[in-house]
Amino acid sequence: MREVDPRSRYSRRFVLKAAAVSVPVAAVAGTAISEAWAEGGALQPATLKTLVKAARDIYPHDFLADTYYIAAVTPWNEKAAADPAVKALLEDGVKRLDAAAQAAHGKPYAQVAWEADRVVLLRGIEDTPFFRKLRGDLVVALYNQKELWPKFGYEGASAEKGGYIHRGFDDIDWLPKA
Amino acid sequence: MAQFDQNDDGVVVIIGSGAGGGTLGNELAQKGVKVVILEAGPRNEIQDFVNDEWESFAQLAWTDMRVASGSWRVAKDFPNLPAWIVKSVGGSTVHWAGASLRFDEHEFKVASAYGGIKGANLLDWPITKADLDPWYAKAEDKMGVTRTNGIPGLPGNNNEKVMEAGARKLGYKDFSTGRMAINSQPRDDRGSCQQIGFCFQGCKSGAKWSTLYTEIPKGEATGNLEVRPNSHVARIEHDAGGKVTGVVYFDEAGKTQRQKARVVAVAGNSIESPRLLLNSASNLFPDGLANSSGQVGKNYMRHVTGSVYAAFDKSVHMYRGTTMAGIVRDEARNDPARGFVGGYEMETISLGLPFMAAFLNPGAWGRPFTAAMENYPRMAGMWLVGEDMPQETNRITLDKEGKDKFGLPVANVHYDDHPNDVAMRTHAYKQGTALYEAVGAIQTYPTTPYPSTHNLGTNRMSEKPRDGVVNAFGQAHDIKNLFVSDGSQFTTSAACNPTLTIVALAIRQADHIAGRMSRREI
Repeated sequence: MREVDPRSRYSRRFVLKAAAVSVPVAAVAGTAISEAWAEGGALQPATLKTLVKAARDIYPHDFLADTYYIAAVTPWNEKAAADPAVKALLEDGVKRLDAAAQAAHGKPYAQVAWEADRVVLLRGIEDTPFFRKLRGDLVVALYNQKELWPKFGYEGASAEKGGYIHRGFDDIDWLPKA
Repeated sequence: MAQFDQNDDGVVVIIGSGAGGGTLGNELAQKGVKVVILEAGPRNEIQDFVNDEWESFAQLAWTDMRVASGSWRVAKDFPNLPAWIVKSVGGSTVHWAGASLRFDEHEFKVASAYGGIKGANLLDWPITKADLDPWYAKAEDKMGVTRTNGIPGLPGNNNEKVMEAGARKLGYKDFSTGRMAINSQPRDDRGSCQQIGFCFQGCKSGAKWSTLYTEIPKGEATGNLEVRPNSHVARIEHDAGGKVTGVVYFDEAGKTQRQKARVVAVAGNSIESPRLLLNSASNLFPDGLANSSGQVGKNYMRHVTGSVYAAFDKSVHMYRGTTMAGIVRDEARNDPARGFVGGYEMETISLGLPFMAAFLNPGAWGRPFTAAMENYPRMAGMWLVGEDMPQETNRITLDKEGKDKFGLPVANVHYDDHPNDVAMRTHAYKQGTALYEAVGAIQTYPTTPYPSTHNLGTNRMSEKPRDGVVNAFGQAHDIKNLFVSDGSQFTTSAACNPTLTIVALAIRQADHIAGRMSRREI
């Protein structure tokens, strides 16, 4: 069977046209969380750092570097700049999440050491508009990044490559013989 | 291409350009009848389609406001997206998967076959399988359905091979790569399937039948068909005698336009069609057009659906090739010994990674969810589609608050599963899981129904005017020059995918309308 190389990359031509993800991973590649928003934005840098941590806790994939989570979170900075209601929802949500972390662990959310402990805090706010916004946006903003598709064995667009008729649409070789 | 005057009261106006409207439009045009199709969406052609799930969704899907209610999970997960259908020329034939099965004989007379089912508003169709068979044959020929008319079946892809191996192990007998309106060899000036995948995003090779590049250009070539895209019909008008006289619609600029008509045919799919009839209420028809029975909008059906995805220890790459690449029919029979009436089909399905994230288990997060996502390349998948029970309380109504951009009340889509639906889905999940476990699945994921792609029954056919909205030819019981031409005519849903039946009914209806027009009866 033809396997998908997880290291394969999309050429610039295919990079991120989707509206949900406005910052290409390439633009933040190699950037540490602490530096990602050095130039500032609508949201507090600490808020963004917490959102990146929460994004990984919501959709944890250990083979994904932080850059993908940063790319998923960055659009909120722009949305918050355009819409004060979004800004308030995110800033207040992070504040409450930090308060819950302080109450339970004596430190803000991003510094709670174990994922399992942070997940308990997230479960506690699962039905809030803040968490729903986080999860609902992330499920698109994370998984719609074309650069991460090969890591999940997904090849994306195929029409311009002539489909799969000569590229393994029926190459499965491990099924029991009929 | 034809351009008809808005004051031309000799034209047939068809609202919608999908399986029903697009087919009816071409069939009438071929017979010399002047037709104006008003399509709410834009005209995206094959070259405009994109192999990208979210981008394509933004391009093709009907995303105008709708409201979902009821106990179905879609109302919670997707409160403003009860249905995944298309707003573009070609309608949902742009994104359909191509499965083209005929109803079984008993599925036209389920009230008789199933007896009284508590809470179900069952009714026999006013037509039989024998009545429709000749029209099914015409539809299969028109659409180039594989395994009919000497057309070979499509080759199976990896996803299909897994399903077929599991079906064989489980002792099933009736499975194949299905009857599909997808060219397995060049036919009708369209090429053969390139196994691109992305069938739901519009077929980039044109191998899959869609009215967009078959019926509509053929109709336009006669000089008798005009298609007006970006034309959203607001209401149907009538005269003092109760005959319809034309429609009022909004054009691309949002300007009100009025097209006169000799006949109006509604084919906007089973949410918009009843919405339009209800929004056309007048002093003469205070409950909406064609609604003396009170059945407009009621008996909304969406099929008992669900999916089973299964993860194996080796790769499958289910997304490669035809989305609906195989069909198992062993459970499609009516066998009440299983604990429910009616039956269901098992059909392969695949989603790309972005849609898998959104639909595998909407709302889920954390390690169990991401572990499943990491199994993506080793997943096989099937869609379960079966007959659901019509219920009067499952219905389309005009929402009391929601308005669209034109100020028209939006549709509320209410659905509760019937106990028979629940029993069928439970059985289907069990069988789907067993099928994959028979060939070594290490994890299985019983997946909740997606927003509805099969929307049926809200203007149903009935023999007696008090039981339904239209007669055996889709003609309104109350208004002789008003027709319904889409899946909303379905009296009951049957187990199989509805498009072939919609097309067969549209060809038959065209014959009927043209005959009545030539006899000056309408």
